[in-house]
Amino acid sequence: MSDILSTTKGAHLGYVRQTFLDPQPAPKSSSTAVAWIRDNLFSSVSNSILSVLALAFILYYLPGVIDWLFVSAQWTGMDRTACATAVQGGVRPDGWSGACWAYVGDRFQQFMIGSYPRPEAWRPYLVAALFVVLLVPMLMPSVPRKGLNAILLLVVLPIVAYVLLLGGVFGLSHVETALWGGLMVTLIISFVGIAVSLPVGVLLALGRRSNMPIVKTFCILFIEFIRGVPLITVLFMASVLLPLFMEPGDTIDKFLRALVGVSIFASAYMAEVIRGGLQAIPKGQYEGADSLGLNYFHKMSFVILPQAIKLVIPGIVNTFIGMFKDTSLVSIISMFDLLGVVKNSFSDAAWLTPVTPMTGLIFAGFVFWIFCFGMSRYSSFIERRLDKGHKR
Amino acid sequence: MANRILAALIGAAVVGISAQASAGTLEDVKAKGFLQCGVNANLSGFGSQDSSGNFAGLDVDLCKAVAAAVFGDATKVKFTPLSAKDRFPALQSGEIDMLARNTTWTASRDSQLGFDFRAINYYDGQGFMVRKELNVKSALELSGAAVCVQTGTTTELNLADYFKSHNLQYNPVVFEKQEEVDAAYNAGRCDVYTTDQSGLYSIRLSLSNPDDHVILPEIISKEPLGPAVRQGDSKWFDIVSFTHYAMVTAEEFGITQANVEEMKKSANPDIKRFLGEEEGSTIGQDFGLSKDWAVNIIKAVGNYGEAFERNVGQGSPLKIKRGLNALWNQGGLQYAPPIR
Repeated sequence: MSDILSTTKGAHLGYVRQTFLDPQPAPKSSSTAVAWIRDNLFSSVSNSILSVLALAFILYYLPGVIDWLFVSAQWTGMDRTACATAVQGGVRPDGWSGACWAYVGDRFQQFMIGSYPRPEAWRPYLVAALFVVLLVPMLMPSVPRKGLNAILLLVVLPIVAYVLLLGGVFGLSHVETALWGGLMVTLIISFVGIAVSLPVGVLLALGRRSNMPIVKTFCILFIEFIRGVPLITVLFMASVLLPLFMEPGDTIDKFLRALVGVSIFASAYMAEVIRGGLQAIPKGQYEGADSLGLNYFHKMSFVILPQAIKLVIPGIVNTFIGMFKDTSLVSIISMFDLLGVVKNSFSDAAWLTPVTPMTGLIFAGFVFWIFCFGMSRYSSFIERRLDKGHKR
Repeated sequence: MANRILAALIGAAVVGISAQASAGTLEDVKAKGFLQCGVNANLSGFGSQDSSGNFAGLDVDLCKAVAAAVFGDATKVKFTPLSAKDRFPALQSGEIDMLARNTTWTASRDSQLGFDFRAINYYDGQGFMVRKELNVKSALELSGAAVCVQTGTTTELNLADYFKSHNLQYNPVVFEKQEEVDAAYNAGRCDVYTTDQSGLYSIRLSLSNPDDHVILPEIISKEPLGPAVRQGDSKWFDIVSFTHYAMVTAEEFGITQANVEEMKKSANPDIKRFLGEEEGSTIGQDFGLSKDWAVNIIKAVGNYGEAFERNVGQGSPLKIKRGLNALWNQGGLQYAPPIR
């Protein structure tokens, strides 16, 4: 090895280049669209077969789907006759099938806020607007005053929302939670679940790794018990059995029961995700923090947790997305989230046609997708931003 | 089986609770100022929500009628949408004052669950829907058919009983959810769809070609649907029952939402007494209601016939015929005790 190096050191060898070549444009075979297609779609025989099959599948079905969703779809109308064919008692020609967006339009208000009294509808919309105004700067890393923003979003907003939505004070009429529904319920439950589960999950995770036997046992019992039963069972117990054990007339609000149920659930799952992050931190980090004389609180908040949470962002967001979708389980306790409201509307005789259920479910699916996809994209943005130390 | 055990447990728990119940339900309802009524949120014609979130349906109208009888104001009612599972605990725990959620009156629900049923606001029964092209005129010709049915319901058991007792063969095609059954029948995976007849009418509306399907005349089970209240409060029980009977009586007398004010001046003593116009009659007060309780009911929801036609009959997309729910003197079963 050293022999070769010593001989090549001399510049007299004719086959050793003395100057660098100028950078050349990438060869055509790797920079054009054709090249991209060849590399990504037809790089091997099996990939080519799959690509052709997928393309054929798309070409075969996509026109039908687009036609059903947009071209043949019915956009306006007052009741089922707009979306029913002649034999079904409507105005469309026989054999017609298309999405009934008129029905979504007619029910839109209900899909958003459920049975919330219509004259008071400005209240949930105002809360939604405040939420957006506070959340967007919170999510943008470049906007200053994060602390104030967090207090407004996590402390002030819930209080304002509580007063505005429930009413009963300041001349606002009281709107009981039984009238709430639709996307509003989905978002409130998810927001509370997310806001509660992250801090509680961190505490439970730290508790589970603690050396104090009582704290440790409590955390283990809590996490394992909650993870061991399905959410649907807890909700069902809370709604069906709980009232039987209480004095008649004393009822805990159903919505509150759902909120508590979802929150403790999300916390237990979150705790395990964060514990996974804690375990990935090398022992040296703990010892290093100890050797600096940091106490437990400082050690965790300045050294361990920032690293651990950064590691498990995908897991955390995964839990959030799962919880967002799990909110539709509350419909079994007769709280109607977006999906529940949509499903409920299928039975309205005024809109009973073969195409309304499909249209309603597509709409609900699309709304869920927007939120879940948004969360997922934001999490990958944050991952990339925080991942400076591991970047290759 | 698990359901029965749960029901028994709940029943046992309720015996303990009802002992603590303080005043009667009527007093409680009057004190809080509104009636809390448990209804279905997704059964066309019986209980469903319109686009502004208001409840409508035959059962919903009964709740409004009770509110009108108690308060003279049909808007003083709040609805609790309930699933088939949580309807009974909701009534037992006192979360609702009455249950009007297309609930079949059965012996075990009356005894074991601790409820009282009396008035029946819809006589239902399990029926069959088939494709017209099969040319079937009666359920007895269904031997060898593939039957779509929702699993875990009494419907499934009734079906088995019916085919067994008539020595007919059939292939049950069972599904967990109603929507799945609808889709399977629509796609032609089975020849016959069976569920309660009132449901068949709304399902037919959601099929791609309703005219290709007929509902067979046979009813293979008895499903008397009526309001339920907690056992042991006869006063409240009477009010709920007689609210329905008042609607039936009004139809018998030809009193409608529109003509109720004129009918007050009727010469017929029965009508005068019913509408609280007879001197010295205390029917309303004896129930703990006002003198004109029946007038309030009719003004709010109309007579039984009107409510029927509006929600499930000719005035609705369902177009269910009166059938068993016609008045007793028109060949049906709706019969009210005399109100005097």
